[in-house]
Amino acid sequence: MVSLNEEVIRKVIAEVLAEMVPSSETGKKAESASVPKAASSMKLVEKGEAEKSSDPRDVAIGISPGFGVGFNETIVGTPHSEVLRQLMAGIEEEGLKPRVVRVSHTCDVAFIGKKAAELSGSGIGIGVLSRGTTVIHQKDLSPLQNLELFPQSPLLDPETFRAIGRNAAKYAKGESPVPVPTKNDPMARPRYQGLAALLHNKEMRFVDPKKGPVEIEVAFDR
Amino acid sequence: MVEKKRSKRFQTLEDRPVHKDGFIGEWIETGLIAMGSPNDPKPSVKVSGGKIVEMDGKRREDFDMIDQFIADYAIDVSITEEAMSKSDVELARMLVDINTPAEEVRKIFGGLTPAKLAAVVDKLNIVEIMMAMQKMRVRQTPKNQAHVTSATDNPVMLACDAAEAAYRGFAEIETTVAVFKYGPLNALSLLVGSQVGRPGVLTQDALEESFELEIGMRGLTAYAETVSVYGTEGVFVDGDDTPWSKAFLASCYASRGIKMRFTSGTGSEVQMGAAEGKSMLYLEARCILITKGAGVQGLQNGSISVIGVPGAVPSGLRAVAAENLLTMAMGMEVASGNDQTFSHSDLRRTARTIPQLFPGTDLIFSGYSAVPNCDNMFAGSNWDIEDIDDYLALQRDFKVDGGVRPVLEEDVIAVRNKAARALQAVYEELGFPPITDEEVEAATYANTSKDVPPRNIPEDVKAADRIMKEGITGVDVIKALVKRGYRDVAEAILMMMKQRISGDYLQTSAWIDESGYVWSAINDPNTYQGPMTGYQMSPERWEEIKDVPWAIRAEDV
Repeated sequence: MVSLNEEVIRKVIAEVLAEMVPSSETGKKAESASVPKAASSMKLVEKGEAEKSSDPRDVAIGISPGFGVGFNETIVGTPHSEVLRQLMAGIEEEGLKPRVVRVSHTCDVAFIGKKAAELSGSGIGIGVLSRGTTVIHQKDLSPLQNLELFPQSPLLDPETFRAIGRNAAKYAKGESPVPVPTKNDPMARPRYQGLAALLHNKEMRFVDPKKGPVEIEVAFDR
Repeated sequence: MVEKKRSKRFQTLEDRPVHKDGFIGEWIETGLIAMGSPNDPKPSVKVSGGKIVEMDGKRREDFDMIDQFIADYAIDVSITEEAMSKSDVELARMLVDINTPAEEVRKIFGGLTPAKLAAVVDKLNIVEIMMAMQKMRVRQTPKNQAHVTSATDNPVMLACDAAEAAYRGFAEIETTVAVFKYGPLNALSLLVGSQVGRPGVLTQDALEESFELEIGMRGLTAYAETVSVYGTEGVFVDGDDTPWSKAFLASCYASRGIKMRFTSGTGSEVQMGAAEGKSMLYLEARCILITKGAGVQGLQNGSISVIGVPGAVPSGLRAVAAENLLTMAMGMEVASGNDQTFSHSDLRRTARTIPQLFPGTDLIFSGYSAVPNCDNMFAGSNWDIEDIDDYLALQRDFKVDGGVRPVLEEDVIAVRNKAARALQAVYEELGFPPITDEEVEAATYANTSKDVPPRNIPEDVKAADRIMKEGITGVDVIKALVKRGYRDVAEAILMMMKQRISGDYLQTSAWIDESGYVWSAINDPNTYQGPMTGYQMSPERWEEIKDVPWAIRAEDV
């Protein structure tokens, strides 16, 4: 039963994505649609239960249950390897140490970001969902508060992910950075909201309420 | 790979705006289905000892908190077994039958469970849903609500746009912020602007709940509608809420003389991945009954900010119209959506509004963007001010009352100018950062916030903080206006403050006319029972709708 549904979903996603991109790109884009397949340009290796770090120089990136396993790109086709590469590079640019943990018990970006912040030695964490929705969190805030929230996943590009990494590191250093400029596109809703709902429900299948956060080692292919 | 040879016809079609919209196939097991999911419970009810002991196939001991709230507070136990024994088709026919008065329908429907309500409206096609809306909406005269926001939170623009929206005929005006800290100033601009445009217009500042309550108690706003309810326990719990906490909040507003309605809409649960495999409409039926059970006078529904979800699946817009109808059938005011960007296609976005515009609802939009969408801080509405002449044309083409009226350019300029000057005076009296004559002039003639000079934001934010810290209220605004010669505007605001004491506008589906008289489902009940009954446009109103200024008149040629 599961495999049959997987088939249907793959087909639906591929069709929807094919419809959404400008016609000139339709052919090649449909092939790289965010259907489940092995991540091609990075390896995510599980290194056991994630512990709370005591290193004030580390900033944790919490990835969602299906990130890089059930999905390998965001809602607009940015590869997950690129998302992590940019977030980590942004943190490194500020002289701090990125760290990746997978949060499996929830698919709510606020709670993922909060969990990452709690595990982070600096108390600052980033939460990111497979479709791209991102938050910068701080361990002492309540889950539904945040330092910066980027709710419109279709508007997040690699440069924005880099800036998010940089700002997270700046908060970790005790600075008050200018928030990353948020884009607003009223027409993102008609284009992507239905797909976002589909992707979210798809990712919910990777949620395991009993599984604690896991330390992840990222190996980029290039 | 050989390129597939393409049809020029199909390539042309792919370039049309509708192909930028997202369309999604149904995915039944997660609830990505508009109505009639095979996973929806089978309707049932059992009463024992004056209590509902079984509802929609679930025994009382298995109820979740939503089931319990609905069973105990929303369903009329005295009639439920009789009502539930009727077939879906028989009940659906009651909705459209002109010989069955609305109150009779409402009495029977008061005994129906969420699954039954969803099943009954699934028996209606879209035209029948519209026929039923015409009969079932609680207030006879349809009205409309507007959004008035500014991308830069420019207080002068907000006052001008509020005045224009009120003057154009909107009965309610809603704002929110671009920058959170501007909240109190935006409320002030809307209050002054709206009462310049047309005394009696209700204003709202959609922000965080405790702020909204406080600013309402200060008399700076008159209503609220951002209290959201959901159809599954999972989503409720994520928001740290229960139906009881929402009911408590509702009573906080009512007890302070502030009009309020709840918000819900198809698609919100599946959007959050917690639809439990149920159809969007079944879950919305639960929201509607939560609202009724909480004793709230009305509901904003019609998917609202999740419209992209039902908008993407088959029969989604029929479900959206059906949820409006169910709210009416439960005897509540409905502010019926049409308030968020929905489609790239002008054809689709027009069609999306017809089921509410043609039969009429309490508030056809919730709201219509009375500013260009680039200034709309609710992320854009389905129609904006640049579409207003199309909207006026539709009222005239079909002789329908969409709640707005044609206006003359010189009149709008005058009303905008007066609003800007009144706000200028209030700012000066309260010692807020001055509004210059140059700003007044620019905002009077502006289309968007880009047409006015930028404000000193940190200084404005200090003034916003002062409103909250110093306890500035509507009375302070009234005093400032009287002192500076704006007695008529001051009297309009005083009239609005008095409404908090009398509370008449807390009745179901209330709006206030320019003399301060309250109209609602109590003194303007819908009496539709077929042709030539119900809402009949007055000759004066028809003359007003007919008279679009750009029409060529025989005598002028």
